[in-house]
Amino acid sequence: MTDNAKQDKPFLDQADVRVSHESGALGAIRSFLSRVRSGDLGSLPVVVGVIVIWTVFQTLNPIFLSSNNLVNLLFDMSTVGVIALGVVCVLMLGQIDLSVGSVSGLASAIVGVLWVNQGWPVALAIIVAVGAGALIGCVYSLLYNRFGMPSFVSTLAGLLAFLGMQLYILGNAGSINLPYGSGLVSFGQTLTMPAWFSYSVAVLAGIAMLLSRYRTAARRKEAGLSSQSLISTVLVAAVLTAILLFAAWYLNQARGIPWMFGLFVALVLALNYALTRTKWGRMMFAVGGNKEAARRAGINVAFINLTAFTLCSSLAALGGVLSAARLASASQQAGTGDVNLNAIAAAVIGGTSLFGGRGNAYSALLGIIVIQSIASGLTLLNMSSSLRYMITGAVLAIAVIVDSLARRSRVSHGRE
Amino acid sequence: MTESAEQANASATASADGQAAGGNGRTPVLSLRNVCKNFGAVSALTDIELDVHAGEVVALVGDNGAGKSTLVKVLAGVHQPTSGSISFDGKSVRLADPSAALNLGIATVFQDLALCENLDVVANIYLGQEKDPYHLDEVSMEVRAWTLLNELSARIPDVRDVVASLSGGQRQTVAIARSLLLDPKVIMLDEPTAALGVAQTAEVLNLIERVRDRGLGVIMISHNMEDVRAVADRVVVLRLGRNNGVFTPDASNQELVSAITGATDNSVSRRAERQRAAQPVAEEVQA
Ligand SMILES: Nc1ncnc2c1ncn2[C@@H]1O[C@H](COP(=O)(O)OP(=O)(O)OP(=O)(O)O)[C@@H](O)[C@H]1O
Ligand SMILES: [Mg+2]
Repeated sequence: MTDNAKQDKPFLDQADVRVSHESGALGAIRSFLSRVRSGDLGSLPVVVGVIVIWTVFQTLNPIFLSSNNLVNLLFDMSTVGVIALGVVCVLMLGQIDLSVGSVSGLASAIVGVLWVNQGWPVALAIIVAVGAGALIGCVYSLLYNRFGMPSFVSTLAGLLAFLGMQLYILGNAGSINLPYGSGLVSFGQTLTMPAWFSYSVAVLAGIAMLLSRYRTAARRKEAGLSSQSLISTVLVAAVLTAILLFAAWYLNQARGIPWMFGLFVALVLALNYALTRTKWGRMMFAVGGNKEAARRAGINVAFINLTAFTLCSSLAALGGVLSAARLASASQQAGTGDVNLNAIAAAVIGGTSLFGGRGNAYSALLGIIVIQSIASGLTLLNMSSSLRYMITGAVLAIAVIVDSLARRSRVSHGRE
Repeated sequence: MTESAEQANASATASADGQAAGGNGRTPVLSLRNVCKNFGAVSALTDIELDVHAGEVVALVGDNGAGKSTLVKVLAGVHQPTSGSISFDGKSVRLADPSAALNLGIATVFQDLALCENLDVVANIYLGQEKDPYHLDEVSMEVRAWTLLNELSARIPDVRDVVASLSGGQRQTVAIARSLLLDPKVIMLDEPTAALGVAQTAEVLNLIERVRDRGLGVIMISHNMEDVRAVADRVVVLRLGRNNGVFTPDASNQELVSAITGATDNSVSRRAERQRAAQPVAEEVQA
């Protein structure tokens, strides 16, 4: 029993004596462990996975964790990471989008053709490309809402159709080189944050976290609810700032933090806010968890489907634009190969459940770190892509097994 | 068979004036005329008539599969009626989807509860009605959730737990709390006490009386005649998807059972027979 229970007037949310309310840092660790044991794994498996993968590759090749290689890693993962972020949205509803690779390829082709061949302003070309993605998402949601076409089938059809469209608009040339030195290509290849900026962001992130948690705690206390102690809030914020400062410092030993990665993280944070702090996010979880219950609560399920599919395809298109910038070309190969599965695998590996109703925006970030680390590590070891595919496939299988086992454990512990 | 139906109809007309008296001649807040609902070849509801007045508890009883839940779902906007008219506050309305019913002020506790198991208790209570859509006001939602739950004497350890971790009765309380959130005009409870403990059942029955006294119309479905008698102002019987009589709660068990089952000859009536037959014998023995 905690001190709270001994008070004269217990907190509104801690009046039930049967529940042990952990307090302090030790208590927080204890309740974390018990959550993990009952199958509420959260991001734990993927964090463990990253540590294992990094340790293995670092021992095999000491260049792996060098600042230089990590900066490259951040450049490489931002493109597929943005696509994976969209996949999180559809997985959240228990749907899938198998065409994200093709849509990203189509978007890169659109940018190449409009910007380089037709001489449009680059911004307009990008807007058209992302708009095309949004339109594709609208079509998928229309097929699902109107005709009940499973997203598995409609997006499989889209996978082929949009690949065809990409080849069609690229025409005979097959590949368009984007001009070196242009803003877009620099953004994808060289532009990094100045050191002072990265340090300020690290500090500001800590301060923002401190303030928002402090305000929440104050409001909860005022309302008679239990709240996090000031000390643990400060502690968490300080640890976060320290980690961010160290990461920034380490990356600044090389070229620094890519702006493109900054964009990716900003999108992750924005989606995280939308999923956890807005009514839209609540409705996404509700529709993913129990569609019929959501409908009976007056939620417009068709609209939620529309937003999720549209967001997914738009982010896929944006990812395609970024990868064109990264490669300085729009080619027939863009978006083919393992792009599709890497994006989906990243979302799943990061902890977004394939069964719907469970996941978070950070899973795109964590999952893509795993996948890109494997790719980068194997490249450093001069391994062929055959091995990379096999290993990535195995990691995806493990992630799905962990997801299923965790779900089973949640069921048996009455958390699902 | 036809005979028993006629009998039931007779008792229905007998208490029809009772119904008018209960309504004091005011327009009912909710009124159904000739509502039919077919699922393919199955007619789940046929020519249903039902009036609910403000400040009145109507108990809806009937056997399994009688169409009670279907009727509730029609009124909640979950199913659309095949034919018939529904009027709310004297105006004819079409309940095209659940939000239409919710916006009118018809709140429902469904038999299958319809909760999202992956969301916590607060999120479920506020589902679709969240405060501050662009920056959810978690603190005031949590406080309100506790207030609603405490009113129901809920035994919920932590409102931040996912609903999946709650017991059946706890889930039922959450579903009831949710229906109260919006200050509805009519509240429909489909077997609200089926999984509840003694104290919680009493609390729900108290609550039904409280909301009735606040002027709400209440439709309660229950298989428990004691609960029905305790709170109902009128008992509407459905049988095989049709109206089969309206009773006052002081109607005898035998009357109710025969209307529900459609048979005059069943174990309840036989037991009543036997008791009547046995009484003189017992007196003789005493003498
Ligand atoms: N969605 C549906 N599709 C087809 N038939 C249905 C559907 N819902 C209900 N029915 C049928 O309608 C009839 C009435 O069902 P309903 O659920 O309304 O019964 P009920 O009176 O609530 O019974 P219980 O006391 O068991 O809850 C049943 O014959 C059922 O099979
Ligand atoms: Mg029912």
